[in-house]
Amino acid sequence: MAETLLFNALREAIDEEMGRDDTVFVLGEDVGAYGGSYKVTKDLYEKYGELRVLDTPIAENSFTGMAVGAAMTGLRPIIEGMNMGFLLLAFNQIANNAGMLRYTSGGNFKIPMVIRGPGGVGRQLGAEHSQRLEAYFQAVPGLKIVACSTPYNAKGLLKAAIRDNNPVLFFEHVLLYNLKEDLPNHEYVVPLDKAEIVRPGKDVTILTYSRMRHHVTQAVKGLEKKGIDPEVIDLISLKPLDFDTIGASIQKTHRVIIVEECMRTGGIGAEIIASINDRYFDELDAPVVRLSSQDIPTPYNGKLETLTIVQPKQIETAVENMVALKV
Amino acid sequence: MVQERTFPKFQAPAAKISADQGLVLYEDMILGRYFEDKCAEMYYRGKMFGFVHLYNGQEAVSSGVIKSLRSDDYVCSTYRDHVHALSAGVPAKQVMAELFGKETGCSRGRGGSMHLFSSEHNMLGGFAFIGEGIPVALGAAFQSRYRRDALGDPNADQVTASFFGDGTTNNGQFFECLNMAALWKLPILFVVENNKWAIGMAHERATSQPEIYKKAAVFGMPGFEVDGMDVMAVRTVAQEAVARARAGEGPTLIECLTYRFRGHSLADPDELRSKAEKEAWLARDPIKRFEAYLLEHKLADQATMKAVRDRIQSSIDEALTFAEESPEPSPDDLYKYIFADE
Repeated sequence: MAETLLFNALREAIDEEMGRDDTVFVLGEDVGAYGGSYKVTKDLYEKYGELRVLDTPIAENSFTGMAVGAAMTGLRPIIEGMNMGFLLLAFNQIANNAGMLRYTSGGNFKIPMVIRGPGGVGRQLGAEHSQRLEAYFQAVPGLKIVACSTPYNAKGLLKAAIRDNNPVLFFEHVLLYNLKEDLPNHEYVVPLDKAEIVRPGKDVTILTYSRMRHHVTQAVKGLEKKGIDPEVIDLISLKPLDFDTIGASIQKTHRVIIVEECMRTGGIGAEIIASINDRYFDELDAPVVRLSSQDIPTPYNGKLETLTIVQPKQIETAVENMVALKV
Repeated sequence: MVQERTFPKFQAPAAKISADQGLVLYEDMILGRYFEDKCAEMYYRGKMFGFVHLYNGQEAVSSGVIKSLRSDDYVCSTYRDHVHALSAGVPAKQVMAELFGKETGCSRGRGGSMHLFSSEHNMLGGFAFIGEGIPVALGAAFQSRYRRDALGDPNADQVTASFFGDGTTNNGQFFECLNMAALWKLPILFVVENNKWAIGMAHERATSQPEIYKKAAVFGMPGFEVDGMDVMAVRTVAQEAVARARAGEGPTLIECLTYRFRGHSLADPDELRSKAEKEAWLARDPIKRFEAYLLEHKLADQATMKAVRDRIQSSIDEALTFAEESPEPSPDDLYKYIFADE
């Protein structure tokens, strides 16, 4: 076991996969000589050379399309979005070509690529660098969307994403890079399509992902003291959703709260509620509640920023209300 | 009518071609022309749907460039992609079946006119939005260099030809990719088919510098202007560019001055281009011109050329029958091909 910071867990995943498969390469802004803006690719440039750790000009849409072309012709690119907000500049290549081209080509080509980088609301980075983008991409056919939340799952999921034969949007959270955890010394891979039961429980199902998992964990401490026993599920895969795990939990607790950092309108939670209504309506003892961030551009002011995203106390209150059926 | 640019002088006698090579080019141009004529007929008869952009008039570009490539090189096209696919070796029956939306089409009926793909023929698409195919082509070219220089594969000398129109050269992806291609010395040909019109937008009204080939110089890249109605001229420039790319000397920008004999698509009323302009360009028909060249240089006689035309006509008829008789995709396969490995 070795205590590892989350950004180093990601680095280990990339290093191991580049060592294992020489068609894997990294590209993006400042990934090479600079080592990545969060040091996820530190020293890999020296180890693998300038073609396998390719510093690109600031041309997001074009270097994303270039990765699509490289993937179509047999390489396995990993794009680092210096900030995942920059993906908006590459939306066309991600949606039209990474996402749809396999289908449009009638299966002629596969596009094994990973697009990863820091997202989420950070420490007063302002609206453009504090995006909640996962919902923007969830309707694009052909994309897989994954959010990591711990050093253990970050490493195992990134390795799985690199090995997957499809385009994977891999969301990291800017405030989780310095989380520490003891990681196994042996190699492991975490499946992309399985939600993680963080805490088994019987009273209510809390569905969450990314940094909100840790807000939920804080709230659970208070809830335990009040004798409430929630089941916490980290979705991991935002698309496709793991309804086997979600459904089994609903059949046990009959109550669901969704805690997400993305925006309320058209969010991941909105999609989950609609799908739960389709599949498990009869199992529910109460309407599904979602705690989402506010439908506003993330404000710079620290107090307003805190108000924008869901805080542990709100989660605690919402769970208490639901368990008391005051929903 | 906009003032026409002076065509670049081409030293035809310097270009050498054998009778066999000449007939390869001739057959490919006839195939492109007859295929597109059949598409227009089928579209107007209600057998073909969507937007259909035909290539008539531009055949010298597709044949001149793609027939200068090897079969393991890559071709990347636009929404006007039928003839690029045919030149790249995708069988006419597969292209026609795709336009009929059939399971036997090169994109299994899922793509349509603007999304022709064939992994077997290294045909990378078929891109319907302006400029988006250029980065994809760049990626294929990067892949060749990666295999050669990062993985040490001496046989990785494949070249990629990226085709696009004059309108695309005002788009950021064009400039961004020229920059990266020159920066990394990638084996790629940027082939501009300057047919003077982006639907109804005249080239001179859309760009501050209409001479597109000159835009190569700021990237330190060779740029050539070529008579796109002369297959020998296109071929000569393309062969030089391919040789440079294959030798690891980097990209080339080739501006082919050409013209589409039909509207932007079959849905375009084509009201803005003047009669005088159209007639002037029709008089430069690249197929008639090449027929004259073949005769003049005694590379083919009338009978030989007629035999080619007859053979192509029957192959188009066969492609049509194949497309009409092929099955449509099964409704059970609606979700097939979303993800690999399913």
